[in-house]
Amino acid sequence: MSNSTEIPANETTHKHTISVLLENKFGALNRVAGMFSAKGYNLESITVGPTEDISVSRMTIVTRGDDAIIEQIIKQLNKLIDTLKVVDLTYDSFMERELALIKIGTTPDNRSEIMQIVEIFQAKIIDISHKTVTVESTGSGQKVDAIIKMLKPFHIKEIARTGRVALKREFVGEV
Amino acid sequence: MTQHTSPPSPQRQMTGAEIFVRSLIEEKVDIVFGYPGGAVIGIYDALHDISDIKHILTRHEQGAVHAAEGYAKASGKPGVALVTSGPGATNTVTGIADAYMDSIPIVVFTGQVALKLIGNDAFQEADIVGITRPITKHNYLVRDVNELAATIKEAFYVATTGRPGPVLVDLPKDVMAMKTMFSYPKNVKMRSYVPHIEGHQKQLDKAIALIAKAKRPVLYVGGGTILSNASEELTKFAHKTKIPVTTTLHGLGAFPETDELSLGMLGMHGTWYSNSAVNYSDLLISVGARFDDRVTGKTDAFAPEAKKIHIDVDPSNISKNVKVDVPIVGDVKKVLQQLLPSVTALDTKDWIQTIKNWKEEHPLRYRNGKYIRMQHVIQKISEITKGKAIIVSDVGQHQMWTAQFYKYVYPRTHLTSGGLGTMGFSLPASMGAAFARKDFPVISISGDGGFQMNIQELATIREHSVPIKIIILNNGYLGMVRQWQELFWRKRYSQVEMFGPDYVKLAEAYGIPGFRATLTDEVEDVINKMFTIDGPVLAEFKVVKEDNVYPMIPAGQTYHEIIDMPEEKTVSINGEKESDIEMVTITKG
Ligand SMILES: Cc1ncc(C[n+]2csc(CCOP(=O)(O)OP(=O)(O)O)c2C)c(N)n1
Ligand SMILES: [Mg+2]
Repeated sequence: MSNSTEIPANETTHKHTISVLLENKFGALNRVAGMFSAKGYNLESITVGPTEDISVSRMTIVTRGDDAIIEQIIKQLNKLIDTLKVVDLTYDSFMERELALIKIGTTPDNRSEIMQIVEIFQAKIIDISHKTVTVESTGSGQKVDAIIKMLKPFHIKEIARTGRVALKREFVGEV
Repeated sequence: MTQHTSPPSPQRQMTGAEIFVRSLIEEKVDIVFGYPGGAVIGIYDALHDISDIKHILTRHEQGAVHAAEGYAKASGKPGVALVTSGPGATNTVTGIADAYMDSIPIVVFTGQVALKLIGNDAFQEADIVGITRPITKHNYLVRDVNELAATIKEAFYVATTGRPGPVLVDLPKDVMAMKTMFSYPKNVKMRSYVPHIEGHQKQLDKAIALIAKAKRPVLYVGGGTILSNASEELTKFAHKTKIPVTTTLHGLGAFPETDELSLGMLGMHGTWYSNSAVNYSDLLISVGARFDDRVTGKTDAFAPEAKKIHIDVDPSNISKNVKVDVPIVGDVKKVLQQLLPSVTALDTKDWIQTIKNWKEEHPLRYRNGKYIRMQHVIQKISEITKGKAIIVSDVGQHQMWTAQFYKYVYPRTHLTSGGLGTMGFSLPASMGAAFARKDFPVISISGDGGFQMNIQELATIREHSVPIKIIILNNGYLGMVRQWQELFWRKRYSQVEMFGPDYVKLAEAYGIPGFRATLTDEVEDVINKMFTIDGPVLAEFKVVKEDNVYPMIPAGQTYHEIIDMPEEKTVSINGEKESDIEMVTITKG
């Protein structure tokens, strides 16, 4: 989901990844998304899914704003009656992943070039036909951006992309 | 209940509608303002035999919600409204938004089409939960009769705790017909909602240190003080520390305006001296106020020299509009109780003297004459009632004059729509207030514009002989808009002059005694006559058409741009001689 009024990036606004735990109740996503649009906050992506506890959902929100706006966003998220916990992961070490499915129109002579790119990015081909291949790529938002960029010169027919999911890192460093 | 000698038989199952009624009784709801319809017909059937709950049939659902607001504001208890689905529900939207902006604890129950029809564009279906999500503190759709009692319990809890606000509960018709055992939960446990009550000690210590050093402190008091029933603590605090007090529109009544330390209201139409005091203060203690733009004007220039302490129960209010030095999140009453033992008398003699001089130089003023000024009517009501009345104003010029020229002494005696500025608030809200309070007379004060927005409630008022003094200050204009057009739009009066009915005849048509005053000399007499009547009574005051509210800080500007009343005698109405016009001054405190 993305907001129509994109706030341009500058020195005072930063991208933030905010993790919200909420009661898994009817309309919870609407409450959060509605709050963002009502207050005019930027919303780059929002994902929601169940957690280890079925009564709790986790929402991962990617937004942008200066410190004052981010402070308000966190307060407004906390103010929602169903909110259990809000964590701004931005200043923590955190793991983030996005997933994209990229369907590419192929010709007999470019197929192997596509396969090479897929290999370099440790992506996967999950569907193939005479005229298309579909690539699954998982990774940081930047990585997904990069593979899409590399595949652009080919004929990208469709892209389906999730928003970001994230968790705070316990071990300091990459695994 | 029948006494059983044998072991108690299992409790009888109840329908959702019966559970609804039982739950309201458990919540000690004694009055519901509402309007029936297809989706709630079962609930109305269940209400029919209940004597513990009085149901007031308003003439419009907006009236029901404003009445619930008036009841809540005047009593401190939650107000309740009950309406049908679709148009009944959408008619509550303005009232709910009003309650949201002004943090009023009300619970609105809306009928809904049967669960299986939801989403089908069924007859009288509206997604009221979706519509009201941004204007409620929280809302619920009850999908299972087994959750009904607990949801109602939670709704009242959420509405009345923390920063209060409206909660809506949507009741599908079939759920209300389903049966289950009734057991009302004793208490509410919500792991996701835990309001802060006590202020953090570290923050309190910082505040105490700032207060001790202050030379020119001001208490800036908002409606949160009244909502948390903290007037007594506030008054003690001001007296102990000798800090002068200014209030917002909603703070009026939190501190007696007869007190020497009172500065009256601040902000766009606040007193000259309250705005000066804030502007020159070195410490501003905000108590249950939210730095609203009608108070601050241009935010960077608001109290520029002052350190700021902000006591508020809602963390999201803090540093929202104005950055503060010491935020204290907590219930105003509790936080003041925590602060009181540690503060001492400050040496504010010079500061108070300075303010006194300002009061003398720039009192509230108006030019009285042969023809009635709204200010004069308000002044007389103030003199006659001496603060012992519940004043319910509407929105417009008369609202600002009602705030300026009445001296408020007690909390919960000034009700108005401040945040949303909803014309049509006064008449139904005064009805709710009159059901809540018998100790003080209730006086509804409207402009001719706003009065016509919920005029239909005269029937409800008459039907129940609600003892309200209904005052219409008729300038034949949407006065406040006209004032802006005069001052900022080159006097191009676009769609602000309006026709109204003969209000005295109108009152009579409803069976309500009506009076009219057209000359200043008649004002006091008419007000006194109103007080001789026990039931509802209406009076129209035909006032001068063009008069402006001063002082005024134009929107978004600073204290330095304050416009005080022009010196020249601008008004000479219908041959009113200049020599007949006298300057009247009033000072708060
Ligand atoms: C429902 C609604 N519509 C429009 C407005 C905009 N508005 C603010 S004050 C005002 C004029 C009110 O006129 P009247 O009730 O006669 O009071 P007066 O200002 O003349 O005292 C208007 C139209 C409003 N506040 N509420
Ligand atoms: Mg008018």
